[in-house]
Amino acid sequence: MSNLKMIIVSALWAGLWAGLLLTAVQQLQVIPTLLQAEVYEQHAAINHSHADGQTHANEAESWQPQNGWERTFFTALANISLAVGFALLLGAASTLRGGIGGWRNGLLWGLAGYGIFFVAPSLGLPPEIPGTEAANLNARQLWWLMTVFDTAVGLWLLFFAKTKLNKLFGIVLLISPHTIGAPQPDLHSSVAPVELTNTFIAATAFANAVFWLALGGLMGLFSSKNPAVKT
Amino acid sequence: MSSAPLLINNVAVLSRSDALKNRILPSLLAAALGLALIYGAGFAETSQLHNATHDGRHSASFPCH
Repeated sequence: MSNLKMIIVSALWAGLWAGLLLTAVQQLQVIPTLLQAEVYEQHAAINHSHADGQTHANEAESWQPQNGWERTFFTALANISLAVGFALLLGAASTLRGGIGGWRNGLLWGLAGYGIFFVAPSLGLPPEIPGTEAANLNARQLWWLMTVFDTAVGLWLLFFAKTKLNKLFGIVLLISPHTIGAPQPDLHSSVAPVELTNTFIAATAFANAVFWLALGGLMGLFSSKNPAVKT
Repeated sequence: MSSAPLLINNVAVLSRSDALKNRILPSLLAAALGLALIYGAGFAETSQLHNATHDGRHSASFPCH
């Protein structure tokens, strides 16, 4: 079981540092856009409070972090939790292939993670700022999950399968979620201007790219330094 | 050495169970742990958890609201 310990220890360290790096990059360009969008959202909520006042009253009741350091702290905590989770999956997948073997190889695993968990789902469901009309949450989560799973298995087959037929099947898996299509709202609308949505998409695309490359590189670095047996 | 074929056989069995012990089992356990963390931080609908992780979810492009 020394490999399990190696994956967990590497994932904890890689997740911690990559999560902190992501938090820093987010504070520079993602969060300012998010906060701007919230101003539009709150403004729209005030205007609509007569129509659905009850919903907003309910929202106000549950705890939420105060803007400023508290909010940043919880975002950092969420980022690190996600990062450790992603790192564990990356460690699990690479262990099946006999380990990562260095930070350069780790960058490639990180790039795959970026494609699986950010690029592929974002093609159908672009990153959203608060106050955007979207389709039913459960339907979107299901499509997201299916896309991530298909992309992961598809990439695996494309790179590691031995027969051409299986590689072809991998390509089919990569494409199929997008031919099915993501659930869309009846009417696309957002309370914030379109430019803000576009700025947010660019900002998250950059932040997540930095994050995934760091996570993969660090996983490669930490797991190759570990003397655990590789079979 | 009549036990030679048996020995080779054992090695084959051993390497298969080694793969299970060194690769497959640790991978499954690590993946399960990872999925639990991602579910908690990215998908759980408890409103406090949602509010705490809100910005992280939006930034990671998870379906949030």
